[in-house]
Amino acid sequence: MSDAVSVVNGAQFDGAVQVRDAGLVGMVTLRGDLDSQELAKAVKSAIGLTLPDARGVKAGTKGGVAWMSPDELLLFCDYDEADALVAKLDKALAGEHFLAVNGSDARASFTLTGAGVREVIAKGSPADLSPEAFKQGEMRRSRLGQVAVAFWLSAPDTMELVCFRSVGAFVYDWLCVAAAEDTLPEYFNAG
Amino acid sequence: MLILTCPNCGVAADETELSAGGEAHLTRYGAGSSDADFETYMFMRKNARGVHFERWRHSYGCGKWFHAARCTTTLEVFGTYPAQTTEPPAELIEKIKQKRPDFEGFSK
Repeated sequence: MSDAVSVVNGAQFDGAVQVRDAGLVGMVTLRGDLDSQELAKAVKSAIGLTLPDARGVKAGTKGGVAWMSPDELLLFCDYDEADALVAKLDKALAGEHFLAVNGSDARASFTLTGAGVREVIAKGSPADLSPEAFKQGEMRRSRLGQVAVAFWLSAPDTMELVCFRSVGAFVYDWLCVAAAEDTLPEYFNAG
Repeated sequence: MLILTCPNCGVAADETELSAGGEAHLTRYGAGSSDADFETYMFMRKNARGVHFERWRHSYGCGKWFHAARCTTTLEVFGTYPAQTTEPPAELIEKIKQKRPDFEGFSK
């Protein structure tokens, strides 16, 4: 087996905020009827979390779950656990109309840490990142520059961001430029 | 800038997060239809000046299609509604009529 390596191989940039390759993250796409009891039960037994509301994201000890669209969830787990998670869901949901697939290698993850994380993302995304509008517990799927990304706050000053791996290096470079020292407008912190 | 609220995920999405899908509620004529019907479906668009019903896709967000009613001259957005319908909801038509007294209602 070849060694799996994350998109910028653990690179880190320290600027106005810290941008860090979050390494390999297990990500399982689960599509199906989110109102179904069986699906909720399967997710609960697989990663120990109840289903999030629309746009919600939750983290627990065994992983996380994020709402992607009215019929899609993204489950987070350890990179090595993803195939086992898919197998578990396949077994629990046998006979249901659903799809579970390991998409870990299709995506790249980054962690931004610092007081200005909202402003770094706001430089390239049309999403409203003001503290009143964008709160912890919500995952926003949007764009950064011209590529699709999803981001959420895992702590008040920590932003997690995922994108497709094919644009991962670009997103990392983009974030590093946007997070350069003395370039934040301090718009959200000003008031 | 056009901002439409996606009825599927509730995000007030900026135009740049969306993909335009053209006029809404077309009747699709396929194989076996008359040439005139097919031509109308294929080529003839209302190109309305004023109230217009459109299809949009939240392509950078939840990826789902939805409908929007807006004014093509002022860009005023009257409302958005789910894609799973063949005509605009009655309460939206009512709302548009209140704002645009000369609007005669939705017609195919």
